[in-house]
Amino acid sequence: MYVAVKGGERAIDNAHGWLAEERRGDPGVAELSVAQIREQLRLAVNRVMAEGSLYDPGLAALAIKQARGDLIEAVFLIRAYRTTLPRLGGSAPIDTAAMAPIRRISATFKDAPGGQVLGPTFDYTHRLLDFKLAAEGGDFPPAAALPSAPAPVPHITEFLNRDGMIEVEPASDATPPDLTREPMDLPTTRPLRLQALTRGDEGFVLSMAYSTQRGYGRTHAFVGELRIGTVAVECDIPELGFAICIGEVEVTECETVNQFKGSKTEPPQFTRGYGLTFGQNERKAIAMSLVDRALRWQELGEDFIGAPAQDEEFVLMHSDNVQATGFLEHIKLPHYVDFQSEMELIRRLRGKALTQKEAAE
Amino acid sequence: MTTPDPSQRQEWMGLLARAPAGRLAALMPSPLPPHDVLRAPEVGAVMVRGRTGATGAPFNLGEMTVTRCSLRLADGSVGHAWVQGRDKDHARRAAIADALLQGPLAAQTRANLLDPLAAEETTRRATRAAKAAATKVEFFTLVRGEDQ
Repeated sequence: MYVAVKGGERAIDNAHGWLAEERRGDPGVAELSVAQIREQLRLAVNRVMAEGSLYDPGLAALAIKQARGDLIEAVFLIRAYRTTLPRLGGSAPIDTAAMAPIRRISATFKDAPGGQVLGPTFDYTHRLLDFKLAAEGGDFPPAAALPSAPAPVPHITEFLNRDGMIEVEPASDATPPDLTREPMDLPTTRPLRLQALTRGDEGFVLSMAYSTQRGYGRTHAFVGELRIGTVAVECDIPELGFAICIGEVEVTECETVNQFKGSKTEPPQFTRGYGLTFGQNERKAIAMSLVDRALRWQELGEDFIGAPAQDEEFVLMHSDNVQATGFLEHIKLPHYVDFQSEMELIRRLRGKALTQKEAAE
Repeated sequence: MTTPDPSQRQEWMGLLARAPAGRLAALMPSPLPPHDVLRAPEVGAVMVRGRTGATGAPFNLGEMTVTRCSLRLADGSVGHAWVQGRDKDHARRAAIADALLQGPLAAQTRANLLDPLAAEETTRRATRAAKAAATKVEFFTLVRGEDQ
């Protein structure tokens, strides 16, 4: 039975008023601007764009401010905003080989053509708190620059491809399925899994990937290549009849190279896992490529060993933090009637049990 | 009015879309040339796609905000714009520039608008590329025991 409960409007209004005050914090401390968040908390902005599934740094920064830094709440705000936008079209697949990377590393080939470019990375920092940052107006020298002629930076898997050492990705121009338009149907296809993983919760995807490394569905992954940089987005313009570049997005791409012993139809060769996310987001991109590879067991004729990361229903139905939060947190909302019926049931059962006990004595 | 070569038009429309909105506004200050709006600036989303393994089947990566606008100048040139983000003035100015570049003011618009935007974009890219190049690893092999 559903009973509508009214009341609490004043309490709710006052709670939201207090929330606004708490968001602002001590008025003696300068207020954060959206531009400051966009520029100085860029990795948080990137995460919100990736999981919110909408590339717009200004909106993501606003969402972070509104959510008081709760990134899942910010993702929720972006997802809600996204649903109000008309879909103007779909882009041509971005060409990540044409990226001018700010970071590009390979754990498999030291002398990769195009070189190993570290970029602005936390790697090799000592993870010691830097108290200079606590002092305001810290001065630092400008980043070193080494003017250089632009040169192509081909994908590393291309070299393995030439010798037939790695599986070929079958090319296609099929319109991919879109889980934001059609409910997810199991079993899925790899394009749908990649869409779910790239908007999936970073912590969840990381843990799934980590579980495969620890032995729950081993993937034996090497980072064949990790690259970060901006790529052009091209879209067909109906009124023109041709495609134009409508902007640029920063992405992180990870290709893992994995062992494969061969099957009845395929000779031994390396196989691939693929990760691609909006923004500079390498933990997520690496994790995504490991989980992608683990989920491909059936296609590659490997054994299902019951590992969570191999189970697409488990992974895909639990990767979305907005869905998960919605279901998790709904249990804090009024369930008075549900709970009352449970109370009555327990009372009745207890009554019966006590009567039987007394009768037996 | 001449029909522009599509590849040239692709190039300038892309440049106008990638330009920072503030720069476009500075290079095309108000008042803007009189125009009839065919499609008022409209904010929407485009689904950005990637490819499985960079070269395989397409998949949906996520959307990006885009603003589009179409208009006609007094001389009859029709301009279109699709630009990243939610800045309606950016889309309107880009559409006006697209129309101007097809009309009698094409050469002037190219010199005053496209050329500086292209030069600035080249500088931005070169700056990033130079910082990246400074972080390129130069490996050297240490002398190993068995080599001695």
